[in-house]
Amino acid sequence: MKMNALRRWKIPALALGLPTLAAAQEAEIDSGDNAWILVCSALVLMMTGPGLALFYGGLVRKKNILSTMMQSLAMMALMTVLWALYGYSLAFAPGNDYVGGLDYLFLSGVTMDAGGPAPNLSHYTFMVFQLMFAIITPALITGAFAERMKFSGMMLFMTLWATVVYFPMAHMVWGGGFMGADGWLPCLDFAGGTVVHASSGISALVVAIYIGKRKGYPGEAMKPHNLVFAFIGACLLWVGWFGFNAGSALAADGLAAAAFVNTHFAAAAAVLSWLLAERIRDGKPSVLGGITGAVAGLVAITPASGFVTPMWALVIGFLAGFVCYWSVALVKPKFGYDDSLDAFGVHGVGGTLGAILTGAFASEAVGGTAGAIEGNMGQLVNNTVGVLLTWIFAGIATWIILKIVDAITGLRVEEQDEVQGLDITEHGEEAYQI
Amino acid sequence: MKRIEAIIQPFKLDDVREALKGVGVDGMTIYDVRGHGRQKGHKEVYRGQEYEVDLLPKVKIEVVVASERVDETVNTIVEAARTGKIGDGKVFIFDVEAAVRIRNSETGDAAI
Repeated sequence: MKMNALRRWKIPALALGLPTLAAAQEAEIDSGDNAWILVCSALVLMMTGPGLALFYGGLVRKKNILSTMMQSLAMMALMTVLWALYGYSLAFAPGNDYVGGLDYLFLSGVTMDAGGPAPNLSHYTFMVFQLMFAIITPALITGAFAERMKFSGMMLFMTLWATVVYFPMAHMVWGGGFMGADGWLPCLDFAGGTVVHASSGISALVVAIYIGKRKGYPGEAMKPHNLVFAFIGACLLWVGWFGFNAGSALAADGLAAAAFVNTHFAAAAAVLSWLLAERIRDGKPSVLGGITGAVAGLVAITPASGFVTPMWALVIGFLAGFVCYWSVALVKPKFGYDDSLDAFGVHGVGGTLGAILTGAFASEAVGGTAGAIEGNMGQLVNNTVGVLLTWIFAGIATWIILKIVDAITGLRVEEQDEVQGLDITEHGEEAYQI
Repeated sequence: MKRIEAIIQPFKLDDVREALKGVGVDGMTIYDVRGHGRQKGHKEVYRGQEYEVDLLPKVKIEVVVASERVDETVNTIVEAARTGKIGDGKVFIFDVEAAVRIRNSETGDAAI
């Protein structure tokens, strides 16, 4: 977890009798750490573009691939500007239990020198690393409203959602808020099970229900038009996730290696359990199932990656494959909501499962805090309460934002545009000229 | 002049083309089509959702030949395309009213 990694710097400083503030002011950029985290920043951006763009793009119908990819591209652009102007400040500037202050407005006080929450890194490095998380989190939500959301409505929705939900959530867990190590409900969230996946997942469900099902769903077949793209996207997500999780150690050290290993192991185990679930229930294991399983495992290990041992990472991954399969193949059709690309089914459910299991399986020797298996039931309680509060906060905030956006730009495209395809109607383009 | 339309299994296309060449029929139009007669489709599953797919890929060959050559052409196609299993396809024969060669405006049998 980001704050836990930061606390590791305070302990040696205190041992030397130095006040930690002075230690931060005399901090020097560790070149290995800084290089590693810059690389991780690039890996995490790659997860959105082209990782998620291809993953989601391949899953939609041919007439909508460009508009789906456009949503990822737009987040790469929009979130960057918002983060630079005020997002980084609301997330990581000193503030209260819920949101940061305006110290870093327009990145004032943020320089290329060592500083910020991770004194071993250039402050720019920390800021830009966190930015990549702010980019992919809203991009995940787009999966829920695929093939029917207005571009203008989406841009306004995401601006409000980032401001009201993501920036505060990042602060609450990582930026010094109440769910951080020094808060009144300390939750273990190494790289974003709650901040990224649970929050975007529940928000995605709310959007899917509010905006309604695609025309023709569920009777009409809406098969992925290009599973090859989805495969490539999923592999880019898997590799990029090493930057997402291992980079959250904020240092090129053993903890980063542990997170790297845990991430990989969980993905692998989840592939197998999803394929097994398909073999049992659907008859044949599929590529779509395998790659979805991998993503589910990666989601679930995200909060746990710097807190559990590799054997527990295998367990978490294995469980995530089954649980997310159940959520997508059984729960979704039963309730009938059109979470088109399973943003809730995989990210919401997987992130929630991972958050809870982090509280259960955390090992003090790995990340500094014990979980239920080492006798600390309190951590399991905290993590569970934390993710529930996230569901409530993100869910309600999303509903309100949807009402506002609906009144200003509208959310859903006209029916004939939805039928024709958003590539043409929203963007005037056709993906394939063959 | 008759137009012969044959809907065949895609993997039989090369055999049919070779056989037609063998009897002197060189010109043809090929379409990738989907369809079925009595052949059953197959099941696809995507993230737990099942779909019946009964539009199967086929190939349609269209050739236009002089009326005297119809029987020979049809038999050639049928023998080359047959596997003996359901899904082999069908041949249909139509009248052609006229034909014109674009290059030099020839008409009638000289145009085919």
